[in-house]
Amino acid sequence: MALIAFYILSTVVVLSALFVVAARNPVHSVLWLILSFFTSAGLLVLIGAEFLAMLLVVVYVGAVAVLFLFVVMMLDIDFVALKQGFQNYLVVGALVALALLAEIGIVAAAATFGGGETFNPNPGAPTNAEAISRVLYTDYLLLFQMCGIVLLVAMMGAIVLTLRSRPNVKRQNIAEQTGRKRKDAVELKDVRPGQGI
Amino acid sequence: MDFLADISNALPEAILAGFGLAGLLIGAIGGDRISGLLRLLAALALAVAAASSFWQFGKGEAVAAFASAELAPEGLYRATLFTLFAKGVTYSLAALALFMSGGFLKTAQMERYEYPLLVTFGSLGAGMMLSANDLMTLYVGIETLSLSSYVLAAFKRDSVKSAEAGLKYFVLGALASGLLLYGSALIYGFSGGTGYAAIAAAPTSVGLVFGLVFLICGLAFKASAAPFHIWTPDVYEGAPAPVVAFFSTAPKIAAVGLLAHVLFTAFGTHETSWQQIIAIIAALSMLIGAFGALMQNSIKRILAYSSISNVGFALIGIAAGADIGAASVLVYMTLYVVATLGLFGGVLALRRGGKAIDQISDLNGLAKTKPGIALGLLVLIFSVAGIPPAAGFWGKLQVFTAGIEGGLLWLVIVGCVASVVSLGYYLRLVWAMFMKPAGEPMDKTDFSIGAIVAVTALLMFPVLTIAIQFLLEMAARAAGG
Repeated sequence: MALIAFYILSTVVVLSALFVVAARNPVHSVLWLILSFFTSAGLLVLIGAEFLAMLLVVVYVGAVAVLFLFVVMMLDIDFVALKQGFQNYLVVGALVALALLAEIGIVAAAATFGGGETFNPNPGAPTNAEAISRVLYTDYLLLFQMCGIVLLVAMMGAIVLTLRSRPNVKRQNIAEQTGRKRKDAVELKDVRPGQGI
Repeated sequence: MDFLADISNALPEAILAGFGLAGLLIGAIGGDRISGLLRLLAALALAVAAASSFWQFGKGEAVAAFASAELAPEGLYRATLFTLFAKGVTYSLAALALFMSGGFLKTAQMERYEYPLLVTFGSLGAGMMLSANDLMTLYVGIETLSLSSYVLAAFKRDSVKSAEAGLKYFVLGALASGLLLYGSALIYGFSGGTGYAAIAAAPTSVGLVFGLVFLICGLAFKASAAPFHIWTPDVYEGAPAPVVAFFSTAPKIAAVGLLAHVLFTAFGTHETSWQQIIAIIAALSMLIGAFGALMQNSIKRILAYSSISNVGFALIGIAAGADIGAASVLVYMTLYVVATLGLFGGVLALRRGGKAIDQISDLNGLAKTKPGIALGLLVLIFSVAGIPPAAGFWGKLQVFTAGIEGGLLWLVIVGCVASVVSLGYYLRLVWAMFMKPAGEPMDKTDFSIGAIVAVTALLMFPVLTIAIQFLLEMAARAAGG
């Protein structure tokens, strides 16, 4: 049962990854990408790594893929033309949704009727998350810290490449505003009649 | 596990990481005004890291850190004498490349405090991947270096060419990282471990070799060896000149050293599986590098092809095997990157009306307008080409000898052909400098750049030509540990 589920899920992963590249419409590409992430999470559940599976769904489907969708939607795509083909979306969307639904069913079935394929075969052993956290901050400390540096460099890079100071923009300077004295702003002039300033 | 002992064993990387983090804080407070100061400090930190690498090298034994009984008995981090030597050279060159970039950054209005920090973090990644004793450490090291490199390539963000270089490098680099990861996953699956020792202990199987091929593809991309060299000319042409001076020196020797180290240690027992692959990559790189540059007119593109070809020569040493070739790889790459640093220094030094030169024709008559720089460039070009009086000849002799001893006579013959062909474009540069009439006068040369051109040229001609025995002994010692 688990083997059948594995082959079905793997086929879906490979096919959906293929469609990510092959799809003409970038929005479709992202939808296929979500399907392939989700299916990979199913594969992880099958090998008993349920924590990683959930992480994959939360991080990749939840954050990265949705971000991609936003980016794609900001691209210069002719949305009028896209809206005209609502049926096209309907087919792809329904396909993706059906595949996702079927996968949930497959994984649930494999877990329930698979025999021996339970999430935590050894109830006394540490759970997934516990097992990972035991090594992540001790044995793999170096890797953990280096990943931190990688992320820092990525952040620096994003700032270096995008942040630019614009000289012509007027900004509010609160310290300057509140520090202003009466004599800086108001000047009293004794105007004599008929002379002006 | 003793944390402090681990840190002190990984001293060069600890220095760089510490400086990088502190420098980021200083930069965030001080802003771009103190970028000049930060650049000097970063060069100093890199020099200290280089010194501590050589100090560890001098102690004569491998240092391991971050070991754990079950998961990484030999340590996630293990710097052998081979990698300590490569690290020392890497850090020194990064420091020099940073030191001489000041004038260019100022005139190109790229003086921002992130520049020296990105070079520092990139060098940290290069050192970490060299010191890796585990595929995971290797990967995070490579990613640190790569991410810094992508940003550095696009650093002059208002220039379309620089942005193009960054994007091309990023897209192709991400693909190479994917290949590398896929290969690592397969190797893990078929050997049962990610540590080098576990991989070396595993029997050779089809799956392992399959993973190994992907791993070599990923690493060959980072070292810009053919057929994974496509990005090199475009990135070299588009990226700012001091960045290219960094790319073609420190990460280059780190990538080749890493390829050698991984193949010699983790896959030393699987030698027959990769020897042919490396030999073919070496032959392709030498030929593509030699023939590709013949029709180019941009100096930076010529130097890019020259670097592809030179990586090919270094790979002859790797293909010859650990016992025969390890020392020759180090000697060859050290001589090559030092000469390249000087060459790029020369290119940086030559500006006309505040603009960096790029075409060969811009070099016309340099011997009359700037005889000192022209003479230095002549020596450096001879060294990179491997023409006898210059020290580069010894490097080529070393790898060719290793190739013949390793039974790869055909590869050495290909190498000789490629050398002769590549003389075509090296001599074009010399011809332009010495035989053509002079063009418009050049701007004044910065002292730091002139000094680096002079020092590297002096190293390449009289000093190392005579004192090559010193370098050979160092490399032999490095290869022994």
